Amino acid sequence: MSINNNVQTVNREKSNFQVFDFLYKYGTLITIVLLLIVFGTAEKNFFQPGNIVNILRSISIVTIIAIGVTISLTVGGFDLSVGSTASIANAVIISLFVWHKQGTFLAIIIALLIAAVIGAINSFLIVKIKIPDMLLTLATMFIFQGVALTYTKGATISQNMVMPDGNFSEGQLTEAFIKIGQVPWIIIIMMVIVILVHVFLNKTKHGRYMYVIGGNKEAARLSGIPVNKYKVFAYMLSAIFAAIGGIILASRVQTAEINAGAPYLMDAVAAAYIGLSVGGAGKPNAFGTFAGSVLMGILQNGLVMLSVPYYSMDIVKGVVLTFALALTYWKKK
Amino acid sequence: MVAKEKILLQMKDISIEFPGVKALKVVNFTAEAGKAHAVVGANGAGKSTLMKILSGAYNHYTGQIFMKEELMHITSPKAAKEKGIQVVYQEVDTTIVPYLSVAENILLDEIANGMEKKFFINWKSIYKKAEEVLKVLNINIPVKKLAEELTLAEKQMVLIARAISNQCKFLILDEPTAPLSNNETEELFKVVKDLKSKNVGIIFISHRLPELFEICDEVTVLRDGEFVISKEIKDITQNKIVEYMLGKSFNQSFEKRNFVSKENILKIENLRDKHKLKDINFHANKGEILGIAGLVGAGKTELCNAIFGASEQVTGDVFLRGKNIKIKSPSDAVKNKIALIPEERRKEGILTEESIAVNISSTDLNKFSKTLGFLNLKKEKEISLEIIRKLQIKATNVNQKVALLSGGNQQKVVVGKWLHTDAEILIFDEPTKGVDVGAKEDIFKLIRDLADQGRTVIYASCEMSELLGITDRIYTIYDGKIVKELKTDETNEEELLFYSTGGH
Repeated sequence: MSINNNVQTVNREKSNFQVFDFLYKYGTLITIVLLLIVFGTAEKNFFQPGNIVNILRSISIVTIIAIGVTISLTVGGFDLSVGSTASIANAVIISLFVWHKQGTFLAIIIALLIAAVIGAINSFLIVKIKIPDMLLTLATMFIFQGVALTYTKGATISQNMVMPDGNFSEGQLTEAFIKIGQVPWIIIIMMVIVILVHVFLNKTKHGRYMYVIGGNKEAARLSGIPVNKYKVFAYMLSAIFAAIGGIILASRVQTAEINAGAPYLMDAVAAAYIGLSVGGAGKPNAFGTFAGSVLMGILQNGLVMLSVPYYSMDIVKGVVLTFALALTYWKKK
Repeated sequence: MVAKEKILLQMKDISIEFPGVKALKVVNFTAEAGKAHAVVGANGAGKSTLMKILSGAYNHYTGQIFMKEELMHITSPKAAKEKGIQVVYQEVDTTIVPYLSVAENILLDEIANGMEKKFFINWKSIYKKAEEVLKVLNINIPVKKLAEELTLAEKQMVLIARAISNQCKFLILDEPTAPLSNNETEELFKVVKDLKSKNVGIIFISHRLPELFEICDEVTVLRDGEFVISKEIKDITQNKIVEYMLGKSFNQSFEKRNFVSKENILKIENLRDKHKLKDINFHANKGEILGIAGLVGAGKTELCNAIFGASEQVTGDVFLRGKNIKIKSPSDAVKNKIALIPEERRKEGILTEESIAVNISSTDLNKFSKTLGFLNLKKEKEISLEIIRKLQIKATNVNQKVALLSGGNQQKVVVGKWLHTDAEILIFDEPTKGVDVGAKEDIFKLIRDLADQGRTVIYASCEMSELLGITDRIYTIYDGKIVKELKTDETNEEELLFYSTGGH
């Protein structure tokens, strides 16, 4: 009798575990499908091709910034300064066009170089001074945000703006640059980045080393892997992807609003954490992050269609992030 | 002087079992207030377990504990403290609160439990009480100093003061001298003598036999969880204690290796690190299995890490094949074909959440890469399979998560990940720790094979019998110094243990 009972509890535990495991692996994908069904039935315009493209377009900047966060997560780090980095890139590139009349290529290169410097600063303080990742990037998040604000003197930069000498600015955005933020290019850039980073992380030795470092830093070090070098590399990449996000944002809105990049931080972190579980990867990965971003995008799009006011949107996004974190840490328990 | 009350602490017929192991078998132990009683034994003899029972850390033991002939029910640390049994553990930092003052640390128990309905802390009385306690012990530490500014020895004193501030009849000191310098040890002994004169019983656990003769009155020897002997310290010698610790030396059967090479590959001169190592000099030959014998805390792990570039502030000269090289990081060591199999394998050796293949290839991914750094997963799988077969790792396939393997098989993975590399010097730090007998045999065979291939093995361990079985030559290390070089053929377990416990 007691033996039977034992067997039953064991089975029940086992099946509980399997249900949870299944939900962990496929929860994100199932949620996406469920959301599609719910929004599709509630709002008949939802499945219009125009709306699908709209969703993809709306998530592309978030996805690219989230890819940066994902890379910082692979080495066991965490980059909170991506939103501010995007703001700086946005301000710099618009100012290069409007204030300094630079060409497309040079403007983009300069913006990316500045991002590389930001990544270098972050990683120096993390690797050499040994400040914990999250605290350091929280601090630098404010620094870089302030730098962006100071650079723009607290104002929006736009074409034909009034300059300090009283004249209108003469620089214009180039045609080629404006194309970057438009369909189909914005979606193509996002997809290319997702695929490239996925291949890089999963198929090359550098990606593998980064996962090894994230998996067990001490073991990685004692295996002779140059841990610090890869951490620096990861934070540089993280900043560069944030800057690409900022550049595309600049192309899309054609101005540099103050703190334009800041709102992307939470969405990006949420996408990366939702992505951890996708397909049972259990570790930060580019496709997962893309799926997480899609989930956030559909949710936002659908809720807007259902007339949920914009000012309540943060509640929903915050809950989704909390749920993704709960899933990750409960699994580790 | 007032006649001291004679208080006896008796532990009778103590047995305890953990899943699969009988840790203590009917052990009897008696300590007396006002005396210092040493408890000694080799690693795994059961010293710590016995003390944990006495201090209430384990409650599933059988047997009885008496104080003054009165049966005590010690089932929790709190119960033990209430009866006047206090412990100061070796790792002082785990029980010191660094950003509180000395006074607060001393009176922590009172602040935590004795506040009752009071809301505000009476600072004046706290400082005063703390000062009184320190005065009783003749310790001179400012009570308002922050604990984090103290030296290790001072922290220990604070913990002893904390123990004394409560009711304290018996004080257990677990390896108290291991991290201390000679001067600090002297200071500690002064305090211990002081406490003895105040009729506190000291139970003193130590690997360092010479100091027992300086401070202790009685000694109890344990071996393999059994009581061996209890004696007055003046009636016994250090050699005799070593003999009791070992008992009849049972020899595991090891094949004899005929080792001849005299080709010097590694030479270390005047190596020292920030904390432990002092003027280490040794050499290793090609194809040799070189033993580093030492007890827990002697500095074996520090030595392994220092050679491998894994610890900071290491000075000294390292010659590899006669060439003076600088090893600043593990990455440098690997480039110089040196490998380390660390002691804490779960923490430092493996990626538990990754597959066997990922673990094995992690030491040299260049070997598994094609142009542009793309991974050759087919090759990774083939080589991993080969290693799994060679080491007889019990796994379903190469993609199995390492977390799901047994301890012995995990250890094989840690070793396996170096096999495909061209490492010429392999450093093993306690490779058989937590490994079952069968897997041990496999690991010994593997180490012998490695040496037969002409690789050099540095084998650091506290298991003297294993060192005797597997090595060609042994250095004994004690307190961060190499004290003796011995030829394995010409030595025995007693001699090894004698030097490892500070004999000379």
